[in-house]
Amino acid sequence: MLSRVANSIYWMSRYLERADNVARFVDVNSRLVLDSLRDRGPRQWEPLVLASGDDADFQARYDIADETSVVKFLTFDPDNSNSILSCVGHARENARTIREVISSEMWETINSLYHFVEEHRRKRKIDDLLEFYAQVKRANNMLTGLIENTMSHGESWHFSRMGRLLERSDKTARMLDVKYFLLLPNPQYVGTPYDSVEWGAVLASASGFEVYMKRFHRVDYKGVAQFLILDEHFPRSIRSCVRGAAWSLSRIVDMVQTPVSAHGEMAKLEDMLETAQVENLLGAGLHEFVDVFQFNLNVVDQALYKSFFALERA
Amino acid sequence: MENFKDYETEGFYDELIAPDGTPRLASKLLVDRINGLTAKDLRRRQKAAERALYQQGITFSVKGDRKGTEKIFPFDIIPRIVPSKEWTTIESGLSQRVRALNLFIHDVYNDQKILKDKVIPESLVLSSECYLPQCKGLSPRNGTWIQITGSDLVRDTDGTYYVLEDNLRCPSGISYVLQNRAIQKRTLPRAFGEMNVRPVSNYGNQLYETLQDCAPEGVEEPNVVVLTPGIYNSAYYEHSYLAQQMGVPLAQGSDLVVFDERVWLRTTRGFEKVDVIYRRIDDAFLDPTVFQEDSLLGVPGIFECCRKGTVTLANAPGTGIADDKAVYAYVPQIIKYYLGEEPVIPNVPTFICEDEKQRKHVLANLKTLVVKAVNLSGGSGMLIGPSSTEQERKEFAALIEANPRSYIAQPTLSLSRCPTLVADGIEGRHVDFRPYVLYGKSVFVLPGGLTRVALTKGSLIVNSSRNGGSKDTWVLGDDTLQGDDHA
Repeated sequence: MLSRVANSIYWMSRYLERADNVARFVDVNSRLVLDSLRDRGPRQWEPLVLASGDDADFQARYDIADETSVVKFLTFDPDNSNSILSCVGHARENARTIREVISSEMWETINSLYHFVEEHRRKRKIDDLLEFYAQVKRANNMLTGLIENTMSHGESWHFSRMGRLLERSDKTARMLDVKYFLLLPNPQYVGTPYDSVEWGAVLASASGFEVYMKRFHRVDYKGVAQFLILDEHFPRSIRSCVRGAAWSLSRIVDMVQTPVSAHGEMAKLEDMLETAQVENLLGAGLHEFVDVFQFNLNVVDQALYKSFFALERA
Repeated sequence: MENFKDYETEGFYDELIAPDGTPRLASKLLVDRINGLTAKDLRRRQKAAERALYQQGITFSVKGDRKGTEKIFPFDIIPRIVPSKEWTTIESGLSQRVRALNLFIHDVYNDQKILKDKVIPESLVLSSECYLPQCKGLSPRNGTWIQITGSDLVRDTDGTYYVLEDNLRCPSGISYVLQNRAIQKRTLPRAFGEMNVRPVSNYGNQLYETLQDCAPEGVEEPNVVVLTPGIYNSAYYEHSYLAQQMGVPLAQGSDLVVFDERVWLRTTRGFEKVDVIYRRIDDAFLDPTVFQEDSLLGVPGIFECCRKGTVTLANAPGTGIADDKAVYAYVPQIIKYYLGEEPVIPNVPTFICEDEKQRKHVLANLKTLVVKAVNLSGGSGMLIGPSSTEQERKEFAALIEANPRSYIAQPTLSLSRCPTLVADGIEGRHVDFRPYVLYGKSVFVLPGGLTRVALTKGSLIVNSSRNGGSKDTWVLGDDTLQGDDHA
């Protein structure tokens, strides 16, 4: 397939997954705000901005991290290239450049999602937007299903899958970080009932509360880290995402029959998760683990770019 | 007669309704079915069609709007009907025209016999902006230059069809024909099912075969791609649609590269050879080493590959010479010269401003004529005499005097009308008609085409930038019921 098309399908899938995850972020925080008995004042939306990684951009353009401005920044700000509005716009632009590759149903669903987001762009209050975030998540689930059911499971499907899973692994890591930033001012809360309520909200936002409970029966720090980072079967755990992406990459490498540097970088990332122990990981610090993971993820992304998307004549 | 109760043809030729207000024979069933719907139901169907187009993203962006507002190309759910007998004439007329124009283009860039025989003035051809000296001696595979043509037809008050202009470079609009049909089938399924409408949906197959037919010699299974300027081109949707219909890659200039005297595609598996390119990029932007040097859309070196015959470009570069509007005036002579036949479909009488006598006539009659720039399309560079202001006529007179080669003039045709659903119900609106012709090993005229409609009351301009819309066009199969009631 065309290098540019491979690149577009990879990014289309990343942006769709990103939009879905931003919706999940806002959801986790609105749950935390509701569930938490302690009053964290007007700054209770700040952890979201910190975990998004776009905090410098936010601080340059907004005064205070309250509900209105954070909701705007993460959802409808056209100047934040990671807002839901921008992500869906980027996904649609990418889809448009590969319209002949994806199915008509996929294109129409992405197109409707775009119009749907556009129609809501004036809203600022979380209470008016809960159904909106739910719909963004539903649309992404539907698209994942359409990709599964309407695309040929060849090269382009694997590029799409790889994009989606790498993006998801990054966002699950950031979701753990939201909780980290939330705790920063009050480390003494660790282990209190509030603490487990908050971890429960994180699990629910990752659609993992029920699966988690079946296995661990009670919510605590260690269990959640074990589950969201290292679980082998939960489709949003970092390990499961990276395994899936690595499998797709090896299928692509088989199909194109040329050795690529991305293969080695992906193997390193996979190895980091396959050999990790939750005790060591928590000992060294959850936030620190997330940092290292994201650095390695960027290395993989760069290697994919060089291996497939930027073909040069030897 | 509910929906058509107050319908008036007002002295124009009407595609569906006879002058006495009754439906034409071929249209009777359709008119009856529409009358069988309540006005509310009819409008509901119109809305549903618009919603479907919007959802499918068959839209164009409004220029200069940062929010990216998008609009659909308006679609009217009342189709135009072409009885099979009329179609037979159109089909043979267009086939004749395309064969003659193809021979003309080949001659102009090779032996120039028609110029030596003084059938058409040499200066008129060689002075055209569309004549590309770089194409001299070019000899495309099978001698075919124009694989894809879209000629615009109009009808005057008496119903006679005329060719208004030929589009031999990158004619667009075919995707609307196919999408309109898909939506129309859902909008008026019953009438459609009963009327023996000829299918258009195999266009993708026909196009693919046509492109295969012209592959470089010795290539058994050619690699075909569609070349687009990219997503910001207003016809991008069509480019991706056609690539999808044929199942071939849609490439942008940067996806292609020339080395070893061949064109290659950048893929995840390395470089792949390309044999046939259906290019939707204008000649000027095709190859910066030969044409416009600052073009970023094209592929450096691609023209040389075309000349060497390692790749086929469809259409070939240089074909614009035959749709120069001053050359157009000579198409009847061109047909006679190459085929020894009389034109089946007449030209609109055309005055060439470069000719002194004709120019004087044009300048004296600006108020009744339509003046057009020879090298522009899309309704730009045009003066419509009867609806022009004194000031506009003055400006055009000055333009013509300054550069007579660049202008032609034609009488203002009244253009036929077709019933159209507007705010106050069904009213007549002026239409034109663009059928599509493919030329591979033989000529194929798609039984259908794009009917463009001027949605503004009384307007003769059908372009989408000037409140134009489109309709599905139903070419009927053989059926004795259709008759010939055109007088």
